[in-house]
Amino acid sequence: MLTQESITRIDREVAKYPADQKQSAIMAALAIAQEEKGWLPSEAIEFVANYLGMPPIAAYEVASFYNMYDLQPVGKYKLTVCTNLPCMLSGGVDAGEYLKKKLGIGYNETTPDGKITLKEGECMGACGDAPVMLVNNRRMCSCMQPEQIDKLLAELE
Amino acid sequence: MLDIEIDGKAVQVPPGSTIMDAAELAGTYIPHFCYHKKLSIAANCRMCLVQVEKAPKPLPACATPVTAGMKVFTHSELAVDAQKGVMEFLLINHPLDCPICDQGGECQLQDLAVGYGSSGSRYQEAKRVVFHKEVGPLISMREMTRCIHCTRCVRFGQEIAGVMELGMANRNMHSEIQTFVGRTVDSELSGNMIDLCPVGALTSKPFRYSARTWELARRKSISPHDSLGANLVVQVKQNRVMRVLPRENEDVNECWISDKDRFSYEGLNSEERLTKPMIRVDGSLRQVEWNVALDYVSHALKDVANMQGGESIASLASPHSTLEELYLLQKVTRGLGSGNVDFRPRRREFSADGSVAGIPWLGLRLSEIKELSAALVIGSFLRKDAPLFAQRLRQLARNSGKVSMISVTADDPLINLHARATVAPSELTTVLAEVIKAAGKLKNMPLPAEFEPIDPSVTSRAIAESLVAGEKNAIFLGNVAEQSDSAAQLHRLAQQLANLTGARFGFIGEAANSVGGYVAKALPTALNAYEMFAQPRKAYVLLGIEPELDCHNPQQAVTALKQAALVVMLTPFISEAALEYADVLLPMAPFSETSGTFVNTEGRVQSFNGVVRPLGDSRPGWKILRVLGNLLALPGFEYESSEQVRDELLQSGDEFVSGLDNAIAGVPVLNNAVRTDLQRIADVPIHFADPLVRRAGALQQTRDSVAPTARMCATTLQQIGAADGEPVRVRQGAGDARLTAKLDETVPSGCVRVAAAHASTAGLGDMFGTITVERA
Amino acid sequence: MAILGAINPILTVDIEGGNAWRLDDYVKRGGYAALKRIMAEKMPPAQLIEEMKKSGLRGRGGAGFPTGLKWSFMPKDFKGEKYIVCNSDEGEPGTFKDRDILSFNPHSVIEGMVIAAYAVGAVRGYNYIHGEIWEVYKRFEEALDEARAAGFVGKNILGSGFDFELFAHHGYGAYICGEESALLESIEGKKGQPRFKPPFPASVGLYGKPTTINNTETFAAVPFALNMGPQNYLEAGKPNNGGTKLFSVSGHVNRPGNYEVPLGTPFMKLLEMAGGMRGGRKLKACIPGGSSAPVLPAEIISECTMDYDSISKAGSMLGSGAVIVMDETTCMVKALERLSFFYYEESCGQCTPCREGTNWMYKVVHRIETGLGRPEDLDLLGSVTKQIMGRTICALGDAASMPVQSFIKHFRDEFAYHIEHKKCLVPLDVQRSGSGFFKATV
Ligand SMILES: Cc1cc2nc3c(=O)[nH]c(=O)nc-3n(C[C@H](O)[C@H](O)[C@H](O)COP(=O)(O)O)c2cc1C
Ligand code: SF4
Ligand code: FES
Repeated sequence: MLTQESITRIDREVAKYPADQKQSAIMAALAIAQEEKGWLPSEAIEFVANYLGMPPIAAYEVASFYNMYDLQPVGKYKLTVCTNLPCMLSGGVDAGEYLKKKLGIGYNETTPDGKITLKEGECMGACGDAPVMLVNNRRMCSCMQPEQIDKLLAELE
Repeated sequence: MLDIEIDGKAVQVPPGSTIMDAAELAGTYIPHFCYHKKLSIAANCRMCLVQVEKAPKPLPACATPVTAGMKVFTHSELAVDAQKGVMEFLLINHPLDCPICDQGGECQLQDLAVGYGSSGSRYQEAKRVVFHKEVGPLISMREMTRCIHCTRCVRFGQEIAGVMELGMANRNMHSEIQTFVGRTVDSELSGNMIDLCPVGALTSKPFRYSARTWELARRKSISPHDSLGANLVVQVKQNRVMRVLPRENEDVNECWISDKDRFSYEGLNSEERLTKPMIRVDGSLRQVEWNVALDYVSHALKDVANMQGGESIASLASPHSTLEELYLLQKVTRGLGSGNVDFRPRRREFSADGSVAGIPWLGLRLSEIKELSAALVIGSFLRKDAPLFAQRLRQLARNSGKVSMISVTADDPLINLHARATVAPSELTTVLAEVIKAAGKLKNMPLPAEFEPIDPSVTSRAIAESLVAGEKNAIFLGNVAEQSDSAAQLHRLAQQLANLTGARFGFIGEAANSVGGYVAKALPTALNAYEMFAQPRKAYVLLGIEPELDCHNPQQAVTALKQAALVVMLTPFISEAALEYADVLLPMAPFSETSGTFVNTEGRVQSFNGVVRPLGDSRPGWKILRVLGNLLALPGFEYESSEQVRDELLQSGDEFVSGLDNAIAGVPVLNNAVRTDLQRIADVPIHFADPLVRRAGALQQTRDSVAPTARMCATTLQQIGAADGEPVRVRQGAGDARLTAKLDETVPSGCVRVAAAHASTAGLGDMFGTITVERA
Repeated sequence: MAILGAINPILTVDIEGGNAWRLDDYVKRGGYAALKRIMAEKMPPAQLIEEMKKSGLRGRGGAGFPTGLKWSFMPKDFKGEKYIVCNSDEGEPGTFKDRDILSFNPHSVIEGMVIAAYAVGAVRGYNYIHGEIWEVYKRFEEALDEARAAGFVGKNILGSGFDFELFAHHGYGAYICGEESALLESIEGKKGQPRFKPPFPASVGLYGKPTTINNTETFAAVPFALNMGPQNYLEAGKPNNGGTKLFSVSGHVNRPGNYEVPLGTPFMKLLEMAGGMRGGRKLKACIPGGSSAPVLPAEIISECTMDYDSISKAGSMLGSGAVIVMDETTCMVKALERLSFFYYEESCGQCTPCREGTNWMYKVVHRIETGLGRPEDLDLLGSVTKQIMGRTICALGDAASMPVQSFIKHFRDEFAYHIEHKKCLVPLDVQRSGSGFFKATV
């Protein structure tokens, strides 16, 4: 279900916790599975749950509770724009609107070519750099004025 | 004890109590939803907010520990304001259509809304809609919009059933109770979640919309299934059982019942109910009147007794029969001059019969289980054989009791086990001997010489250690141990281990009246339940059993029945198989239609009344047998009520029967023979175990009711040359069955697990006998 | 981003260069000196806790609880593991200081945690890092590797015989995990649903064991407070408000960013450091302590000094030190709508008043914002907040209610206008100009 590389990474996370607390690694394991699969199909959740010896529904609870897990397929790039108040005051909402127009999609939609999914996010703890957006949960992009957004879009292949 | 005050009333409560506990002691009701005395505290509904002196904010009574001198106000302005606020929140997204809700009339939300709700709603937004879920044949989750997120169902799974099947997915107001993507709920205790759900979110699928609570008469009864004797409330409408619920009895079933106890009532209304007596005339069964039928039976039995001798008659009863039925059956049988009577059709080995000091039983009261420090279960499909007994051991293990198992398959008991050994049925004695050896060593006690060569495994030592270290321990023999070929040896070994470690020991018991049958003396003085078929008789009287499904060796039983001159069946049901061998069918009332008594595994006497009138021309078994006794002109059959029958056996008013004693004479002989044949392991699947549950529609659609397969571990599969999923032919003696081979690593190597009690395996032989498997 | 300014800084001295986060650089700046001294002296834990009490260091996570006192709650003769947990789940809108501390000075947090572990007798620790800041999480793991290799973390730390294992745990997007008991649940591999208290983490914490939880900035301050001496640290701030604090200034200012200033610095001074109001516009309101803190109108906040006591006297909270500045282009209804959406979205969903109440509040504010408000809505909102506050399992219920109450209290006219006229008091094009996103329109 998952590649050996992913399993090795999960094992490394498991090692962080007391031997009888493997379940603690579920968040990391789901993130690793999502990275490999692009999203979290239920087979992946179940695999990870079994791997850590927890009930699949308990893993599903986790997967559906935290925002950054994608229980539906997303595009190659997931762009999450923070629109919370501090960001809004410095253009977060505007940046979202700008992206919607440029990509021709709304929030929680994916461009027809399957390349970009647009999401609205909550505070990313980077309000001073507003507008901020996150690419694939990993790369934080700061001070995203229209020019920077254009540049980012050009960069995403 | 702490002194506190609730609404001005002084109460003394033990330290560590919550305000809720204290209120219960004081007889004060505090409204609540998420709190349940048997579940962990979630404190999420906030309905139980009360005022506590000096606390600036209202506090949840369910979660707040009491402190000395605490003054609690449950009805102060602050408290009531908080409770009303919570009620308003609970109702804003809840449909207000109680009249069309299945829970209407028995809904805690509805009840409390009357006291704490306001008339109009200030909430004018669109209400939340929650998509319905499909979770199997027993629980309906069609109306999850009604869920109030109390998480009782989730906690029940985690804590009581031992398996988390429901969870609360998502977060915020989009939180939803669900299973893992489309899974069914399969726990054998699942129905309790319906009771726990305070609203109409989880409802009973079989019962749904078939009646309103206020149309139902509530009658007390006792479960006729497993050995626990769960107390029931049977709900009745127009002489029909509509629903079965638990009746709380802390000492027996607490507030739970198994799904079998709850949903088996569907079998009561099965199309296979026999409603008129039938007699075989010219080869086929015809309906007749009762007087004709009983006349025929009495004459026919008398003829056989006179012409062939009483010993050519044998009577076999189901251990699910009532005490009264069992007692009268043996009385009739002995009256006919036969000692061939038994109520233990699934047993193979009876050599303990003359050696046990008294009536075999659990060895302690059910309520004592929670006090154990260690428990050992030998030879049991525990969860499926005795779901609520398993539940008690599960709680014991959660509270740091050490539970170990020696079993024939590694089925998950959903108990946090201390140690477990899984071996072929023939090896059970070996492992037990190892444990004895290890315990002897720990205790520094000498053992007979034959123990000398035994070298206990790590597991056996771990089990011994737990029994030696514990303050109060128990050893339980399960159904497999009782049904096995070495039942008496296991009994003696268990006793030896118990003596060595100071543990109690006893039998979990197979059925509702496994103890009662002994009390009723339904025991052989000649041929036992196995021998009466091994040495075919001329006439058989069968009480409440279906031999092709309920006997240790159905092949042998059916062969014997087919050759017999007379087969009389007292039964609530008619079946295909019976049409072949029965000569007389007498419609007998099931437990719901007769009065009677079950004696549960701890020796508890539980009498009950019929909850509905017998269906059609059915009659209570005790009455049929009484009339038969009269017709046979046997002395002592002048009973006018089932109570009179019972009182002949028991002191009326006894809570427990006397004479319970597991002590067995004789020393265990260790069997060193190594078996090289392929051994059958026959479990009795939970919903195939007795004639009533076999006819319960919804239960038959559960995962527990899938047809038997031939389950083997990879090694065994390989030896046979079959692959997982391939058709195979299994054979025992002259009979065979065509099954699917299934890879199952919980089965020990050298064994094949093929369930009993199913039509597809009824042609097979001994439950734990030699079996052959070949690719079909 | 970085630290854009400071007055008498303590935590953020010389952390600018690209390698300042590395162990070598930290040690050069005097890092791990406190730990070395404690280990060398075998300072009794009780004395260490006493020093922390003296320093007046208060928790930087929001509640401002005295740190030394918190540490002293840990049971001393507990048999079994005890834990130290750092709360870097910074998710409170407006707060972005912990991210910078972890980026530029991760070893100060590590050192603080090791010292805390020594003080309370913990053997294992976790730093729970906000999901969205992956790069920071990676850097922290690297810093941990350095610290482990150098013997500051792990077995037999600095030859003292004291063992402490430390790991990073990465969050994955849930504001509620900033609440300490939700955070513990999350480390345990569950949904981040807060626990009912009591018992508090000091008696029943991670895996049911005694646990001390502090904020990133709190731990980061520990080595500095010890190095400069508790008395000096206390005096660097105000009585009862020891030390400096990082303020995250966001919103309508020219230079949004983090500023380290002594507690007690005037708000106007901080605003000036942040480059003043964007486009020279007028200050309208300020949320001084993260989105959960009550908003204060310009007249009130202008008079405040930035410390726990002054802000509290003004009717708000210093919270996490997130200063959200709003100018006259702000529609207060829209601002509240966005915050209410946040709390509705982030409610963990377990307890009734919060789950249902946050949803209700958002819907009503949204209704007002979209011109569908009713005259009775403001009273309704007030009543709903009262039904939530103080009745929930954790403080998110209060956090969601306080903005609603304070926005309506201070800007009632604006809400009333919205309801009556079905539109904003602040014209849309003016609102649009505020963000500076579409520069052309400014
Ligand atoms: C809803 C909610 C969110 C919180 N978020 C954070 C947070 O992001 N970071 C943090 O340090 N504390 C947060 N807290 C406070 C923590 O519960 C806790 O008080 C703090 O981590 C203690 O650290 P301190 O004593 O060093 O301040 C939050 C509290 C609540 C109720
Ligand atoms: S107040 Fe909200 S976030 Fe806190 S426990 Fe209750 S539902 Fe969860
Ligand atoms: S019963 Fe106390 S909060 Fe639900």
